[in-house]
Amino acid sequence: MRQTNRLSDGGRIDRSKPMTFSFNGNQYSGYEGDTLSSALIANGVNVIGRSFKYGRPRGIVAAGADEPNAIVQLGATEATQVPNVRATQQPLFDGLVSQPTSGWPSLKFDLLGFSGQLFGRALPPGFYYKTFMFPQAAWKFYEKHIRKAAGLGRSPTEPDVDEYDHLNQHTDVLIVGAGPAGLSAALTAARSGAHVILADEQAEMGGSLLSSRSRINGAEASQWVADTLQELAGMDNVLLLPNATVNGYHDHNFLTIHERRTDHLGDRAPENQTRQRMHRVRADWVVLATGAHERPLVYANNDLPGCMLASAVSTYIRRYAVIPGHSLVAMTTNDAGYQAAFDWQDAGRNVVALVDTRQAPTGDCVEEARRRGIRLLIGHAVIEAKGSTRVSAARVAPLSEDGQHLTGPAEKLACDTIASSGGWSPAVHLSCHTGGRPVWNDEVIGFVPGESLQRQSIAGAIAGTFDLAGCLEQGTQQGAEAARQAGYEAKPASLPTVEEPATGNAMALFCIPHEQRISRAPKQFVDFQNDVTAAAIELATREGFESIEHVKRYTALGFGTDQGKLGNINGMAIAAKSMNKTIAETGTTIFRPNYTPVTFGAIAGRHCDDLFDPERHTAMHDWHVRHGALFENVGQWKRPWYYPKPGETMQQSLDRECLATRNGVGILDASTLGKIDIQGKDAREFIGRVYTNAWAKLAVGKCRYGLMCGEDGMVFDDGVTSCLGEEHFLMTTTTGGAAHVLEWLELYHQTEWPELEVYMNTVTDHWATMTIAGPDSRKLLAELTDDIDLDKESFKFMDWRQGTVADVPARVFRISFTGELSYEINVPANYGLDVWEALFEKGERYNLTPYGTETMHILRAEKGFIIAGQDTDGSMHPYDLGLDWAVKEDKPYSFIGKRGMKREDCLRQDRKQLVGLKTKDPSIVLPEGAQAVDDPKQPVPMTMLGHVTSSYYSANLGRSIAMGVIRGGHQRSGETVYYPLSDGRVVEAEITSTLFLDPKGERQNV
Amino acid sequence: MFRIYCPYCGELREEEEFHPKGPAHLARPADPDNCTDEQWGDFLYFRDNPRGLHNELWVHALGCRKFFNVTRDTQTYLIKGSYRLGESPDQARTSGDQA
Ligand SMILES: [Zn+2]
Repeated sequence: MRQTNRLSDGGRIDRSKPMTFSFNGNQYSGYEGDTLSSALIANGVNVIGRSFKYGRPRGIVAAGADEPNAIVQLGATEATQVPNVRATQQPLFDGLVSQPTSGWPSLKFDLLGFSGQLFGRALPPGFYYKTFMFPQAAWKFYEKHIRKAAGLGRSPTEPDVDEYDHLNQHTDVLIVGAGPAGLSAALTAARSGAHVILADEQAEMGGSLLSSRSRINGAEASQWVADTLQELAGMDNVLLLPNATVNGYHDHNFLTIHERRTDHLGDRAPENQTRQRMHRVRADWVVLATGAHERPLVYANNDLPGCMLASAVSTYIRRYAVIPGHSLVAMTTNDAGYQAAFDWQDAGRNVVALVDTRQAPTGDCVEEARRRGIRLLIGHAVIEAKGSTRVSAARVAPLSEDGQHLTGPAEKLACDTIASSGGWSPAVHLSCHTGGRPVWNDEVIGFVPGESLQRQSIAGAIAGTFDLAGCLEQGTQQGAEAARQAGYEAKPASLPTVEEPATGNAMALFCIPHEQRISRAPKQFVDFQNDVTAAAIELATREGFESIEHVKRYTALGFGTDQGKLGNINGMAIAAKSMNKTIAETGTTIFRPNYTPVTFGAIAGRHCDDLFDPERHTAMHDWHVRHGALFENVGQWKRPWYYPKPGETMQQSLDRECLATRNGVGILDASTLGKIDIQGKDAREFIGRVYTNAWAKLAVGKCRYGLMCGEDGMVFDDGVTSCLGEEHFLMTTTTGGAAHVLEWLELYHQTEWPELEVYMNTVTDHWATMTIAGPDSRKLLAELTDDIDLDKESFKFMDWRQGTVADVPARVFRISFTGELSYEINVPANYGLDVWEALFEKGERYNLTPYGTETMHILRAEKGFIIAGQDTDGSMHPYDLGLDWAVKEDKPYSFIGKRGMKREDCLRQDRKQLVGLKTKDPSIVLPEGAQAVDDPKQPVPMTMLGHVTSSYYSANLGRSIAMGVIRGGHQRSGETVYYPLSDGRVVEAEITSTLFLDPKGERQNV
Repeated sequence: MFRIYCPYCGELREEEEFHPKGPAHLARPADPDNCTDEQWGDFLYFRDNPRGLHNELWVHALGCRKFFNVTRDTQTYLIKGSYRLGESPDQARTSGDQA
């Protein structure tokens, strides 16, 4: 297809490199150097989407990050879909496939266009709150339609095929924005020797200079850009990042830069290249040179395709050599708006009129307009656009001096494009991310960054400096300052000479009056993406919303993916006016990260799939895999859950593992239990203070169960601690609690008891731990050791011995979490697999059976042993758990938890207490979490007594068993409670002891 | 994302290496058994939440495992400096210690 709006020469595109692309299923052509939006304009595509609330056709308005309408879905395949891409920011590449996102289901005639009429009146401001938040169910109904309609695009249904990564960087100076201020700052800072990162969101650096009519050093401004970039590129201390948006400014000068490394090359990244990169930069000094966004003026039907920003018109003509129409009416409150008319005329097309809202504008531009013979309408404004899917005329009327009302009848001017410039709003966004509040500046007619607490300065248009010479000067100054702040000597630089027009004063005008008052006039749009009109903002203030933050939330002003870059200031001006306040008084809303949308790929980087989270494997992990174990995640550990044999259900596997252990011998990989080595002459005293029970008399060679509580008296961890020497102990913790316990021990040692001589360190990974349990465990161990006396009188329950197992030095602990005769064999981790395999070699004749965490849970529940974190939840003290025997109240030091568990509330008799539970029907396994009640017929809400904490089917007992908490449960043994379940069943259960099996503990004392 | 000075390592390091542990200078009562429930409750649960400078306990969890104090502005998130246990807030610093 012919590029009807392409100019025959000029622009920064490469006409020798044609490219084809598609939009909405149609094929078009463009050139290298185009953006998707410039290529669409070249092909005369007017309508880019439909607005989400009213279904009105919308076209391209801007040329950069501020574009509200041209939001497209990118991607030639399902796996390469990218939603929310601004056509203005997407460089064109050959074969690019794009779809409109707000045009669902079709641009020409769509359901929304139809229902928009229906919806439109029914969607007043406050619509989010009024309609969706109450009741919540309504939101569910609307959500999928609204999301589809809101121009948000869709996520791919297939995994992303490209790779993304993160790069941590430190730099002396980070400069954000490579326009005149940013470039001159970079040059000055870099010449001092400081390390400089210069990031710019566009494919080509230079910013406004790439479409400027001004001249630098007697040549085109773009020549100065090229020279400057060439010098910077040749310096080792400079990193130039084009296509890189600084999206977040976080505390202590930490900034994130979203670099699109290959998005300009193709649908997916070339082989061995990452598509996008997130730079995580810590900068000693930051220079914000982010420029400014032009404000459109608000007038009736200003959303018609063909209504554009004046500067965007210039950018398209000068930089991309495309012209968005044939006949132009340009309206401006300031001199900058004149450039669009000049560029339009120079491109050989008709400028119908230049409409200046000021009564007596002065300056070079006004003179030039007269010289060019352009029809100049001074003291006038475009009050309304006419047309259906494209501007066909502009209604222009004379304006009072203050711009607040019309002073004469309107004239209708035929045209297809209306450019407007309401002045420039500094791009203060990044300066707000760390809490800075922008301040209104009457001279700038905009908000400029307030005082910053970060090591940062601003230069150029963000500071309200809109002339080129000023931007270059400020950039040079701030570049030198940045270098100095980073510890470098910046030499004074000579400034380039600039030829630019002298400008007159701008007029503060935001909303153009109409013959009818705002509420009656045709729609005057403020926020295109959210379809927020001037009337809606006025209504919000009439309904009593006075805070600008509330007005924003009520109307959804600035909610969209453009985050109000275009409409915010106009909206605030309208709100302020209708409240009879100044903009300075009403203030502005605050911008938050991210500046523009960031892909999930860039956020995730390499943290996907196998690298999502580190995994910890024990020394025997490969054996478990080879033997068909299924795994359970415990913290970062992968623990064998159970070992199914072919054809077994999970319950059949568990039954087999449980029976084999109680009747013969089973083996568990217990390596993941936390192990903390504690040494020092005060180690024993220290342990006595952090555990609730007694440690003063534990002899070398002995082990003891210990209970840990917080200062509130609530149990948070438990484990067995062994006395290895008079001043040497080995503490074990739960698998998940290991790191927390060590930090907690250090906390008390370092902050409360620094006088205690004690040292501790984690040795979890140093040891491989295998627990053999069952009546045959002694016989099995005897086959593998000849230097440990296993006689039951010399190696008793709760003893440990040093020796060799399978010719490997080992510590063997006779402790039991199953109630069976049991040995926990610890060997240096590197020998773990050898010893494990040796055990299986000798264990064959005993039917040695590996069991996983699930069987471990069942076996311990049969004995009523708790698991901290499963049977406890941070609200249970040892007495609640029936562990009175593990609290030694008369220790000389008031151990941690002692005082806490004596608070009045902890002494109540009706606290939730841990009990055993036996269902009346032994085949029913209670769901964990089920709530007990006394009266199942009580109407809802019922009086709940406590929940089930652990529940299993026990093959050894031939029935289900459970533990749970019941109010006052320790006094209620033998009573019946009821568990009403979500499926309507009510399960009856008897309160029992938690000792379901071998209540006298004979099995482990053999 | 803060940069925190560890007064034991003598370096400014990323926040990821540290864990916050609540207010600094929060001493465990010397004689817990003779505290009233109210006193113990105050120690356990009640914390100041000042707007402005705040002395906090941090631990260099993924570094030297030492606990130390940080003076941080809760409004601006700027950190004045760090000081070791036993030192006073006016010794807060961001450099100068030997590892
Ligand atoms: Zn440290």
